Amino acid sequence: MSSHELKSGPLEYRIQQGQMNILGFWIFLGAEIVLFSTLFATYAVLFGRTDEAPLPSELFEPGSVLIMTFLLLTSSFTCGIAIHEMRRGSKKGLITWMIVTLALGLGFIGLEIEEFIHYAHEGATLQSSAYWSSFFVLAGTHGLHVTLGIGWAILLLIQIAKRGLTPVTSRKFFIISLYWHFLDVVWIFLFTSIYLIGMVV
Amino acid sequence: MQLDEFFVTGEPLIYAGMVSIVLVTAAIIFVLTYFKRWGWLWREWLTTVDHKKIGIMYILSALAMLFRGGMDALMMRVQLAFPGMDFLGSQHYNEIFTTHGTVMIIFMAMPFLIGLMNVIVPLQIGARDVAFPALNALSFWSFLFGAMLFNISFVIGGSPDAGWTSYTPLAGAAMSPGPGQNFYLMGLQLSGIGTLATGINFMVTIIKMRAPGMKMFQMPIFTWSTLVTAFIIVFAFPILTVALALMTIDRVFGSQFFTLTGEGLPMMWANLFWMWGHPEVYIVILPAFGIFSEVIATFARKQLFGYKAMVWSMILIAGLSFLVWVHHFFTMGAGAFVNSVFSVSTMLIAVPTGVKIFNWLATLYKSKIQFTVANLWALAFIPSFVIGGVTGVMLGMAAADYQFHNSYFLVAHFHYVLIAGTVFACFAGLVYWYPKMFGHKLNEKLGKISFWFFLIGFHVCFFPQYFVGLDGMPRRVFTIIPEWMPLNVISTVGAFGMGLGFAIFVYNIYYSYRYSEREKSGDSWDGRTLEWATPTPVPFYNFATVPHVNSHDAFIEMKETGETTFDEEKVEPIHMPSNTGQPIIMMGIAFIASFGIVFEWMWMAIAGLIGVIVMMGVRSFDYDDGFHVEVDEIKRTERKARRL
Repeated sequence: MSSHELKSGPLEYRIQQGQMNILGFWIFLGAEIVLFSTLFATYAVLFGRTDEAPLPSELFEPGSVLIMTFLLLTSSFTCGIAIHEMRRGSKKGLITWMIVTLALGLGFIGLEIEEFIHYAHEGATLQSSAYWSSFFVLAGTHGLHVTLGIGWAILLLIQIAKRGLTPVTSRKFFIISLYWHFLDVVWIFLFTSIYLIGMVV
Repeated sequence: MQLDEFFVTGEPLIYAGMVSIVLVTAAIIFVLTYFKRWGWLWREWLTTVDHKKIGIMYILSALAMLFRGGMDALMMRVQLAFPGMDFLGSQHYNEIFTTHGTVMIIFMAMPFLIGLMNVIVPLQIGARDVAFPALNALSFWSFLFGAMLFNISFVIGGSPDAGWTSYTPLAGAAMSPGPGQNFYLMGLQLSGIGTLATGINFMVTIIKMRAPGMKMFQMPIFTWSTLVTAFIIVFAFPILTVALALMTIDRVFGSQFFTLTGEGLPMMWANLFWMWGHPEVYIVILPAFGIFSEVIATFARKQLFGYKAMVWSMILIAGLSFLVWVHHFFTMGAGAFVNSVFSVSTMLIAVPTGVKIFNWLATLYKSKIQFTVANLWALAFIPSFVIGGVTGVMLGMAAADYQFHNSYFLVAHFHYVLIAGTVFACFAGLVYWYPKMFGHKLNEKLGKISFWFFLIGFHVCFFPQYFVGLDGMPRRVFTIIPEWMPLNVISTVGAFGMGLGFAIFVYNIYYSYRYSEREKSGDSWDGRTLEWATPTPVPFYNFATVPHVNSHDAFIEMKETGETTFDEEKVEPIHMPSNTGQPIIMMGIAFIASFGIVFEWMWMAIAGLIGVIVMMGVRSFDYDDGFHVEVDEIKRTERKARRL
């Protein structure tokens, strides 16, 4: 436990606790990869087991899924800019770009909820078959992660507004940026292996 | 819901259980109130972030769980001793073997080892704490509340009865209705959070917080085993998290993952469970290997033979542990090719394990062996574990497994590896590090008596089970035919021998607390690694001055050069984390949320989940940066501890 502070390098890495938290979070992301891989594997095994429920190709449509993808990929980009602003030492830039990121994330969540309601309306629910159970749990877990990320980021924005950029607050923001990019990467796999394949099969 | 549906009724044994729970709870509350100890308990233990205290709490809880799992075992052995026994009914028997397996693996073996890691690993690498002290406390409370949730099932709601593997569709909502199976799911889920956090915590601690100069290949072998175990935890536990969540969603929300309707696949559960479950076996055996290596090297008074080979074989075992899971269900129709692949990968594990056995023997070769109690456990482990390992290779042959599967041969095999490996290691580690934790040794004479009772009892109990298994006795039956009686009687006698050994072990703790000589130096056994460089009792900051490490067996070198961990010239203020009540409160609320899910009371589950999220927010807004221990206080503490 050392509170010794370095003079140079990115702010979030300047105290040892910051370095350790960031490494710990990388390892946590490793565990998250295993978590999502398990869900993807379950989805792959249960693919096609739709029972009486509609087939995915009957329900999936490119339109809103493409918009969702666009929103989330853009939010990852704006999140990158937010961290860039943080490195420049601009508290205002960080807050502005982070709010843009969260707005895009909220748009994504809104569309996903609408999507889910639509599928349920057409007779594809969590209960209707093994395939749809795995679909809703996989996509839902990702959606839940995004929702938690939004709540978490709002708490951090309040802290940044109150405390400014310190080694502690910047470390917290750096960590949530890792989390946000990670969710983006997971979505790319969701988009291709669920929606693109689901639309053609 | 009626009250008599909420509490389990109709079994005299369970009424006795209820009465004893009420009496023990009342006694604890009375003692704490009478001696005005509530404040002390809260300040010193419940809110602590000190890795040594957290480790002690882990070990105490694990010993309690060993007692509970052991009572289950004895009841089963009584029921199986004679044909037509009327001690336990079939339903009660199912519940008992389910809880015995779950408690022993999840709530006894793992926490015991994590407890030893907590106490020792930071000391071995010259660190003042773990990387995330508050998270460490959170891990402990998540384990304890998870264990309590699982344990109350036998008086409230009813115990799970689908086996510790909980295979679907047996464990699904259709065939196991009621809260029993939900207790299994939520108890494991809750404690799993803490296990994952512990894995991350120890990886960062070991990678980032080693004493200056200590290279990876100079770390003590127990620390290495902890690091490898932490890797397995981080990559195996999320699989369990998902599997448990899917089954919970199946049971509570009616999804179709493992059902026979809706085109669900019951075999998915078997695969997911063992993709976690097999690595789990190595989560409980690799730290045990680490402990034996430390104990054998210390009491052979030699450097560990083949240190690098030991480390690499652990890494190899960890990698292979993820590639063998199908050998748990060769007979469930995977086909000859798949079975062959997993049969071969299973056999491969015997190679690095053999390397380790030979290295322990080579360490002992031409050495002056001291037959202390800790070392007796380690020495007894080698041949006992080899018997378990060789029968494991027999089971690993897919074709032969069709004969052995689900018989007592299998039961004998895994008890041989898990008891001779993990339980012996827990005892060896506890006896070996006991003076570091409590400032006095355990009595050697009582220790030897308990060792011999336990060891002989163990072989008498489990060796006959190989033969009764080959004779065709299946596992999980609650009654036997007369042909199997003689060997079962012997086995039951052995089980009681082990129980007696454990009882003497526990008595030894009390006896030694009263009568053992207090430790004067910190170096109780003429040790080799840094944990012995600290004084006893270990100050909460561990090292007044952190030594510079140049070699494996760092403390041997320090003793040669006359270096100590208290160099008055070099003492500087030490930064330490503050105690916090947040972890216990947060996990208490998570317990309530889990309890709500168990009974499918959604209002309670949602309220609890909101509470957990609020606590996470509170934690995020907490900017308490700890405090500094001043130089004067360090000097005073060290002089007192070192009797200077």
